[in-house]
Amino acid sequence: MRHLLSTADLSLADAVRILDTAGSMAATQAREIKKLPTLRGRTVVNLFFEDSTRTRISFETAAKRLSADVINFSAKGSSVSKGESLKDTALTLQAMGADAVVIRHHASGAPHTLATNGWTHGSVINAGDGMHQHPTQALLDAYTLRRHLMGPGDVTGRDLAGLRVAIVGDVLHSRVARSNVHLLHTLGAEVTLVAPPTLVPVGVGAWPARVSYHLDAVIADEKPDAVMMLRVQRERMSSAGGGFFPSPLEYTRRYGLDARRLDALPDHAIVLHPGPMNRGLEISADAADSPRAVIVEQVANGVAVRMAVLYLLLAGSDAPAGTISDEAKVNA
Amino acid sequence: MRNYLLRDVSPLGDGTTDVLLADGVIAAIGADAEAKAGENPVIIDGTGLVLLPGLVDLHTHLREPGREDAETVRTGTRAAAMGGFTAVHAMANTSPTQDTAGVVEQVWRLGRDAGWVDVRPVGAVTVGLEGERLAELGAMAESAAAVRVFSDDGKCVYDPVLMRRALEYVKAFDGVIAQHAQEPRLTEGAQMHEGVVSAELGLPGWPAVAEEAIIARDVLLAEHVGSRLHVCHLSTAGSVEIIRWAKSRGIDVTAEVTPHHLILTDELARGYDPVFKVNPPLRTQRDVEAVREGLADGTIDIVATDHAPHTREDKDCEWGAAAFGMTGLETALSVVQETMVDTGRLTWADVARVMSTAPARIGRVSDHGRPIAVGEPANLVLVDPAIRRVVVPEEQATMGANSPFRGRELAGCVIATWLRGRATVMDGSACDESVVVSS
Amino acid sequence: MSPAVPTENDETVADDDAGNVVLGAPEIARALTRIAHEILERNKGGADVVLLGIPTRGLPLARRLAERLIAVEPGLHASQLVGSLDVTMYRDDLAHHPTRTIGETDIPGTGLDGKVVVLVDDVLYSGRTIRAALDAISDLGRPRAVQLAALVDRGHRELPIRADYVGKNLPTSTGERVRVLLQECDGRDAVLIEGGAR
Repeated sequence: MRHLLSTADLSLADAVRILDTAGSMAATQAREIKKLPTLRGRTVVNLFFEDSTRTRISFETAAKRLSADVINFSAKGSSVSKGESLKDTALTLQAMGADAVVIRHHASGAPHTLATNGWTHGSVINAGDGMHQHPTQALLDAYTLRRHLMGPGDVTGRDLAGLRVAIVGDVLHSRVARSNVHLLHTLGAEVTLVAPPTLVPVGVGAWPARVSYHLDAVIADEKPDAVMMLRVQRERMSSAGGGFFPSPLEYTRRYGLDARRLDALPDHAIVLHPGPMNRGLEISADAADSPRAVIVEQVANGVAVRMAVLYLLLAGSDAPAGTISDEAKVNA
Repeated sequence: MRNYLLRDVSPLGDGTTDVLLADGVIAAIGADAEAKAGENPVIIDGTGLVLLPGLVDLHTHLREPGREDAETVRTGTRAAAMGGFTAVHAMANTSPTQDTAGVVEQVWRLGRDAGWVDVRPVGAVTVGLEGERLAELGAMAESAAAVRVFSDDGKCVYDPVLMRRALEYVKAFDGVIAQHAQEPRLTEGAQMHEGVVSAELGLPGWPAVAEEAIIARDVLLAEHVGSRLHVCHLSTAGSVEIIRWAKSRGIDVTAEVTPHHLILTDELARGYDPVFKVNPPLRTQRDVEAVREGLADGTIDIVATDHAPHTREDKDCEWGAAAFGMTGLETALSVVQETMVDTGRLTWADVARVMSTAPARIGRVSDHGRPIAVGEPANLVLVDPAIRRVVVPEEQATMGANSPFRGRELAGCVIATWLRGRATVMDGSACDESVVVSS
Repeated sequence: MSPAVPTENDETVADDDAGNVVLGAPEIARALTRIAHEILERNKGGADVVLLGIPTRGLPLARRLAERLIAVEPGLHASQLVGSLDVTMYRDDLAHHPTRTIGETDIPGTGLDGKVVVLVDDVLYSGRTIRAALDAISDLGRPRAVQLAALVDRGHRELPIRADYVGKNLPTSTGERVRVLLQECDGRDAVLIEGGAR
């Protein structure tokens, strides 16, 4: 594997290998000395065209725990805000010797463009592009699901076969939903998307997921093992004549995860949220703070998953060619 | 000006004969062509070659004035000649906009001075293409440019009252409104066809209904006020249905399809290569089939290129930041041959109709799109359908490198083009010297 | 993996005996028993000893040594005596090989501080694996001493490292490959030499 652009590119073997590697990484993060010398001398650039302190810090932590040099390049206050193109920014970073570029961009496909146009020789890691993909988020979600729901005991090597996951909220605009639908399907889980019809994309029929407009029915009928709440952006409801739902209150009533719905979930079910949360909108404080919410753990797992991705993309000599699964076969 | 004797050519792809071009007209056809050829004619072996009336494009972006870094009238019309065209309609979205007699005359003169094809400027429907008040349509019609086609192309004349007024007003000088059908509210931020692929790529969708709703409204308006309407670059199966219905009701509507909508689909967006970003967007295979069907059965009247050259920097970027549009003048005939002729859906006579006769009629371009007959102006193109060539944008005459057919092999090649008997293209190359001599 | 590059944990498994068997199952068993006694003797018992096997094949060897130690000193417990130390993330040659799968690190609950750590590996060659292991250990605790046990020492050291306990010294050329097969991983016990100059 050279780049990580979309979870749709990952085979089952790739995905399991990333999760297993993340498990190894997580084990090292329980130690007193968390830093590993693995990527000493490698340079990772965080290229953020969109503000996301959480994701940037997570990648930065992951890279630093592996001893890589980290350069943070934020579009704000840089030449990018003065009209420099993605191409010129990429060429500049290339000249600085970036081994990997972690890119967050408001335009869907920008990481793909960066990876395929020869503007950088390094690995490109998609840290969220427009409404397209956010693969490391989906991987950390899958890691969290596997740890909680596929145990007890060692879950190394396991997929998510048979798990039922409901993804609830603004599917239309969500790169988290797109990434998760592909990855969870690849890992054998069954996905149900729950959203008001206005927030489901035209063309969703081709996705490997069911679609429902009724959260209560999904909880009652499908008894999901996990509920993943998506962030609803407040600006989505305000534009006159173009709001996606009538009011926050109505959204919360129909699609919010509150104490009542939390109680209706199976006892073992867990609650995920990619953050940052809108408490009182898509998730109530009861749900967010309940023991079944693994939202804080998701953040910690994010570092392990990103360490795994950096390791698999950067450590070996095979980075420019082959795939994760190819190498898995060689070493098996 | 030299005489040209075309031996054993196939006019409209039907039979073979000799054709003599002299004094700017078709001087003879058949047995006496040889006899009348006079001294030292240029003799062309036309074996296997098809002779068509010079192509007329109703939809070309020449970019001048304003974006001479993307294309100029000179380079764009040279590309047109290379593609077999003898007349092009230069769209109004220049800077300044072609919304006054002064600007359209400027473009017309630039075309005349370049001498590659006849340039017919399109006038803007509204001032600055802003959709708020009518431009001085009458003044443009009466100018030297004699504008007959009016369009806000790139933008839709969205306001139904304004559209009604425009349709009515141009009746006074036999004009036509060429509508870019795009409901603006349904396409805010739109990047590609809304469907399975856009859902997966996370690109904001451009729904088919945004085109079809405007076309439906406009044909009803045209019926109500008794005006003629031209629909630019229709791209969806639903649009074809609406036009078919409108024609069955006797509404005076004509419709065009671009070469790229005859062959390319939204699947191409999967690589996020902005060369495939165009407005209206590439649609699905089902839509491609429907527009081919519509062109074959006459529902769609013409093929027009929507040639839209862009600078490299406007395409060498992420999809969302890239400009809409693709070049097309030098590949249009090949795409039509490949999708319609080689598949048996159109004859070469049909090609002459959809790429020359009908667009000339819609644009009220006299002397173009004429029959191949003695005494007619020698606006002609000679095509070799047997040649296959790989598209290399850098070798094209257009300044735009944004051909969606880069690296693709296409059927057919323009061998020669004549504008009023003067060769603008000969042996597949542009006749630069003759242009210099004549201008 | 390119055979031209020396590797200490060559994990490729062949079905046939392409090379010469230099140690069979009985010899391997005898060597391990001897090493177990040497460990006890040198450390005056097994009380403070922690055997850390380096995956893949160092780990079963460490477990076998632990069985032998417990056989002599029944007071020892396997759970405190044996662990696993993966050195992948400490290697200095990661960039020269296809991406390696990270193995398990499992340190006994009593930790490493003040212990005598005996690193256990199958083949000692350049010494780079052991160098990585020493770095890994220093991130995990502060043992009183670190010792090294290897089933085979094939020479060609690139670092100033030597083994405290060796099953068999095996002079080789760099062109040859030494393969250790163990029941736990490969279905049988054997040490093979393959290829090399003829």
